[in-house]
Amino acid sequence: MDRIDSQILVVGAGGAGLAAAAAASSNGAKVTIVDDNPSTGGQIWRRGVGSGKDQAEGMEADWRPGRVSFIPGTTVVDAVGDNALRAVSGTGMTELTYDRLIIATGARERFIPFPGWTLPNVFGAGGLQALAKGGLGVEGKRVVVAGTGPLLLAVAEFLVSRGAKVLFVAEQATFGKLSAFSAHLALFPSKLWEALNLRLNLRKVGIRTSTIVTEALGTEKLEAVRVSRNGREAVYECDYLAAGFHLVPNPELPRLLGIGCGEEGCEVDQFQRTVVKGVLAAGETTGIGGIELSLVEGEIAGHSATGNEKAAKRLFRARSRHRKFAELLGSTFELGEELRQIQNDETLVCRCEDVSFGVLKGFDNWRDAKLQTRCGMGPCQGRVCGTAAGFLFGWQPRSVRPPIFPVKAGHLVEESKL
Amino acid sequence: MARVEVRINGTKHAFDTGTTVASAILSAGINGFRKSAGGKPRGPLCGMGICFECSVTIDGASHQRTCQIALREGMEIETDG
Repeated sequence: MDRIDSQILVVGAGGAGLAAAAAASSNGAKVTIVDDNPSTGGQIWRRGVGSGKDQAEGMEADWRPGRVSFIPGTTVVDAVGDNALRAVSGTGMTELTYDRLIIATGARERFIPFPGWTLPNVFGAGGLQALAKGGLGVEGKRVVVAGTGPLLLAVAEFLVSRGAKVLFVAEQATFGKLSAFSAHLALFPSKLWEALNLRLNLRKVGIRTSTIVTEALGTEKLEAVRVSRNGREAVYECDYLAAGFHLVPNPELPRLLGIGCGEEGCEVDQFQRTVVKGVLAAGETTGIGGIELSLVEGEIAGHSATGNEKAAKRLFRARSRHRKFAELLGSTFELGEELRQIQNDETLVCRCEDVSFGVLKGFDNWRDAKLQTRCGMGPCQGRVCGTAAGFLFGWQPRSVRPPIFPVKAGHLVEESKL
Repeated sequence: MARVEVRINGTKHAFDTGTTVASAILSAGINGFRKSAGGKPRGPLCGMGICFECSVTIDGASHQRTCQIALREGMEIETDG
């Protein structure tokens, strides 16, 4: 097994991770930063074909030359002792040791099951954007964007810019909540500017509030969606459905290390340190708050991990400001009760093991449901179904078992030879 | 823009460098990547490596998360939708 020893190890090369690597290297440290994608940028700055402006590259330019190594295509699966992680990549297992670890593994979309959601061409909202950035052409495709969260508008704007026909955006939040959100944006100048630009680019796309996609229709793939608003339904033919319900932090790596992490993220002190010595966290891992907050938290973590408390403290005010935006996000895009009423007994909740809503509703906790139905035991390890079950049934799984991503048996054999 | 040539289910395709395997498969008109436990076609959902719906066989290795893998010249991609 390969071994890489680092002073500072950053897991996740999105906004927070990139900022942490820059700050740490500016203080003279040698940094290793890993990500499971082929390049840096995380989700919001995902690179690919024709990505246009490259903010991630700009961030990399802030790295002190020779001090930061980026290792792509690497997935952390286990922890060893109190100073090492194990990761898999195309070439096998690697042991990554560290003096300080910065967890910046970001967020994932929340998916709420509804009839037909497993049809091909039903994507997440961020999911379709990621696939388009990865080279899927959407020009001329009829797309419905649905669910909840500011991501929907960002995705709609992106799809429009790539020539898609976005039929409308179905946002489950009420008009009142969305208006209040827009009004409060005036307090966040950079967000307001973004919002105004968004409105301009989306002037031809209807944004329908209190609107839910209640069914995806089709046989071999998506053909149409059924949409409901205040009890009135209509069916629209379309090619793609981009449906996501805001974001939740990825809790697996924190939990693996003994750090509690629910949907509100993991706790950190003012220096971005977790309860575990030597381990810091930054970005969406500490709670969904958007890119600006992630960048500041990452920078603080990078300074903090390398002993530069002075530089970290200088950023506290900016962080407080951006945290207020995070609070605004949380309250605006709360999921409505209607989203618990669109499932029928046949609606699949666990996509990996085909476990339906009707079967799961007979249980009163995640552990029993998992053991008796295999829900959450498939490759996604509950990332999709567990998050959905959290909303549908109030079940909150708190623990993880390694490996936190599926690993080939051959790699485990390699690991055991140590 | 440089191009990469791969084979999807035996048929040659060319795509721009940097294209992910998942996006290439969808661009080739294939929407079903794998079969579910219940035998139904499934395609990518999350686009970011957590749902595993995009799993296909690449160069003989199964269960590859294609949304996070960039095309390489000569790749043999096999779907099972």
